[in-house]
Amino acid sequence: MSAPTGTNTVAPTRTVVVVGHGMVGHRFVEALRSRDAESTWKVVVLSEEAEAAYDRVGLSAYVGAWDRSALALAGNTYAGDQLVDLRLGTRADHIDRDSRKVTTSDGDVIAYDDLVLATGSYPFVPPVPGHDSAGCFVYRTLDDLDGIRAAAEQAIARATAEGRTANGLVVGGGLLGLEAANALRLLGLTPHVVEFAPRLMPLQVDEGGGAVLKGLISNLGVQVHTGAGTSSIDAQDDGRLAVDLSDGTALLTDLVVFSAGVRPADAVGRAAGLDIAERGGVVTDVTCRTSDENVWAVGEVAAVEGRCYGLVAPGYTMAEVVADRLLGGEATFPGADLSTKLKLLGVDVASFGDAMAATPGALEIVHTDATKGTYAKIVVSDDAKTLLGGILVGDASAYTTLKAYVGREVPGDPGALISPAGAELGADALPDDAVICSCNNVTKGSICGAIAEGACDLATIKGCTNAGTTCGGCLPTVKKLLVDSGVELSKALCEHFEQSRAELFEIVASTGIRTFSGLISRYGTGTGCEICKPTVASILASTSSDHILDGEQAALQDSNDHFLANIQKNGTYSVVPRMPGGEVTAEQLITIGQVAKDFDLYVKVTGGQRIDLFGARVEQLPAIWRRLVEVGMESGQAYGKSLRTVKSCVGSTWCRYGVQDSVGMAVDLEHRYRGLRSPHKLKFGVSGCARECAEARGKDVGVIATDKGWNLYVCGNGGQTPAHAKLLASDLDDETLQRYIDRFLMFYVRTADRLQRTAPWLDSLEGGLDHLKAVICDDSLGIADDLEAAMARHVEGYQDEWKAVLDDPEKLGRFVSFVNAPEEADPTVAFDESGPRKVPVMLGMPSTNRPR
Amino acid sequence: MTSLITPPEVAPVEETPVEDVAVRPARTVVRPGILPAPGPKQWVAACSLHVLVPGRGVAVLLPGGGQAALFLLPNGMIYAVDNIDPYSGAAVMSRGLTGDHGGEPTVASPLLKQVFSLRTGAALDDPDNPEVALPTYSVRVHHGVVRIGIPLP
Repeated sequence: MSAPTGTNTVAPTRTVVVVGHGMVGHRFVEALRSRDAESTWKVVVLSEEAEAAYDRVGLSAYVGAWDRSALALAGNTYAGDQLVDLRLGTRADHIDRDSRKVTTSDGDVIAYDDLVLATGSYPFVPPVPGHDSAGCFVYRTLDDLDGIRAAAEQAIARATAEGRTANGLVVGGGLLGLEAANALRLLGLTPHVVEFAPRLMPLQVDEGGGAVLKGLISNLGVQVHTGAGTSSIDAQDDGRLAVDLSDGTALLTDLVVFSAGVRPADAVGRAAGLDIAERGGVVTDVTCRTSDENVWAVGEVAAVEGRCYGLVAPGYTMAEVVADRLLGGEATFPGADLSTKLKLLGVDVASFGDAMAATPGALEIVHTDATKGTYAKIVVSDDAKTLLGGILVGDASAYTTLKAYVGREVPGDPGALISPAGAELGADALPDDAVICSCNNVTKGSICGAIAEGACDLATIKGCTNAGTTCGGCLPTVKKLLVDSGVELSKALCEHFEQSRAELFEIVASTGIRTFSGLISRYGTGTGCEICKPTVASILASTSSDHILDGEQAALQDSNDHFLANIQKNGTYSVVPRMPGGEVTAEQLITIGQVAKDFDLYVKVTGGQRIDLFGARVEQLPAIWRRLVEVGMESGQAYGKSLRTVKSCVGSTWCRYGVQDSVGMAVDLEHRYRGLRSPHKLKFGVSGCARECAEARGKDVGVIATDKGWNLYVCGNGGQTPAHAKLLASDLDDETLQRYIDRFLMFYVRTADRLQRTAPWLDSLEGGLDHLKAVICDDSLGIADDLEAAMARHVEGYQDEWKAVLDDPEKLGRFVSFVNAPEEADPTVAFDESGPRKVPVMLGMPSTNRPR
Repeated sequence: MTSLITPPEVAPVEETPVEDVAVRPARTVVRPGILPAPGPKQWVAACSLHVLVPGRGVAVLLPGGGQAALFLLPNGMIYAVDNIDPYSGAAVMSRGLTGDHGGEPTVASPLLKQVFSLRTGAALDDPDNPEVALPTYSVRVHHGVVRIGIPLP
């Protein structure tokens, strides 16, 4: 639309003041100027924002480009049009209807013949305590977005410095809230959305659609909390905000964006005494005329016959109606179609007609596909003939067709409108030339070909056929083809990592990623769980000498590793100091006895030639360890998936049969490999002669003396499926023995699955023992130097975990019973000492058998 | 994006609901999801918010001898559930590993690794069995101090 310019022959005789220069206000000016051929009207436009009318609907497009001019509406400055006086940054403060004058925020008084209110609406901010804290925003104007951007950048800088990710909370899970969440995501924050209704977009979609929408949105990394409102906001010293939610949870966030709906900006009309609708908005009749015949209202501030419209299209219609009326026309506002179709964070959502089936007798037909993440519902009349409305989530391609049918009789079975074309056939029924991956045009034939050639997992198929590498939508079908072909699937560690432990180890080793958050954001999904966290913790520990409780790693450790002790059934811990090779000094033994006495611990000798002290409460552990460390003892890692013990017989130094110093070797080996984190626990045995008193062949690493040196046995296990260790090499000298064990352990640590002990690991090795011999003794893979170097780094970096904790007040801080009563003994911990030995008693639980 | 300026949304606060048949489609019933037990609560100060380590829990001693396990997740969410593992009877939940299962925030018992929703307290493998559900507590943060709400009798 172009306004007539400059050369007016007749001076305008009347003045219209337009209050508000949003999309609708601008449309009104354009409509009036283009139709007012006689130039009867002079137009004064007051714009509170300093920016001339811009595309508020497309506000989110501002994020990323940060280019205001890209959003400017065409012709929004009316350049060259003498009859439009646009005053930016100028608010209408007062309307005097009797004298028909507007007082502006600049103090100017403008006389009008007619006045058009186009003030739009303002964001509703729930009046919760703290809603005005620094870091709280609304999502309405370009300036709001600039503010959010600055705060987000600051938050990310702060979070990065603190080694965490920054997050943001959006209050309101409607359309605008989800747009705001996407903006936060684009800014690099982890967005949370709280929505008071039990589903997202409660006005547009129903429960089923909301569930699908929530799934799709969550998959994009948006944390959705439905059924929760905001109760209060508490600003923290570090600038973050703690937000209490009405569902009893709370959230620590870097910033908050309120997007909890809008209210008509009717203040100036209200003050002028115009009729106001019950829920706000300046009341008009169908001509958009307010209770004052010279005042009109258009857009979101208008309550046409009491009803407000939050869409731009009805606002445009109102603008046209008023322009027509001012020029003597007879136009009326016909009502509006509230159907919506939009793409939010890449997710299609459409809602049209009687979407919620409010029509009496209305029937609903629903088609939902959880694997594809689609939801389609149509609402039909009680005779199932006329389409009344519907909801589409995930795939709105049918929207145009369906909307065309609203109010009409549907030909045939209405359910056919939303069911996928034809019945869904299984993948096996598809012909070979059927395209499975439409992104990369990969047919079933080529996928099956790849499987036949030995591709046995999704990653390989993706690699050699490109199927599923773009949108991934076909992966379930590809997976089905794999399963159908008889391939056993999924080495996946858990639902968060598709990779096996060995693959993750390689990823960590080759990428140098040292944090769980870094690893999961790049190679996994979700936030992790009790399976992948300890696994990654173990990999990180195997590949560096950092303390396992350093930084983010601490949060990954299983409870035992977290408290460096073995949790027992009543929540107390047992303590096992290391006794290399079963050696202990008299002084150490006395200290152990005294500690046991002072802390009232139950004492038992373990199967691994050491002493276990039971019944220590978490807050007692540091005091116990302080005394053990004082006499030169260190952690035995009985709590870890790591080297436990090297059992030995007394050997040639004392035994008349002994041919080698088995104790000396056991002590050396235990010192060398102590603290090494591995896929599962590791046990060693060293026997001084062929009588094998140390039972070394039941161990992961068994060393048996010969008169020429040592025989090395590997992969023996006790436990549920006992396995004897197999001979790997014979008559080794000390140095070669140690080198082979270095290689063996590191090879196991790199390639075994989570919780796979050495015997099943050997079974799973292709080529079995011969392959293992080739790798360890002949370096068939050429990795021996790497393996030895990795072990050398471990040995070099070893430190006693407990001593390090005792020296570090921060790490010591976790050893408290209660955060609010650090010294208070856990009242649920009790023991029965009336029998022959002390046993834990579970309060409130059926009592366990008393010992005999 | 098509023709929307803003959705005509409902305000998410405890206002007196006003019937507005004209604008809103029917059936947009706003009903609460999981809410803490209604009624007055005693708010017990647990600790400063900055004491919490993302991803881990702490035990909180409650008046009357009960215990809560309080968690801060890396995504900023704060939850409190009972500290007693319903499977073992031991007060150990605060020492469990957190994470998510299918998006549901969870904690696993450090003893036998049963997994519970931090939101609802339900055991994921036996969600309808109240015997093995963890009671949940409301949390609030005021002046940087995390408080746990205990329903008053």
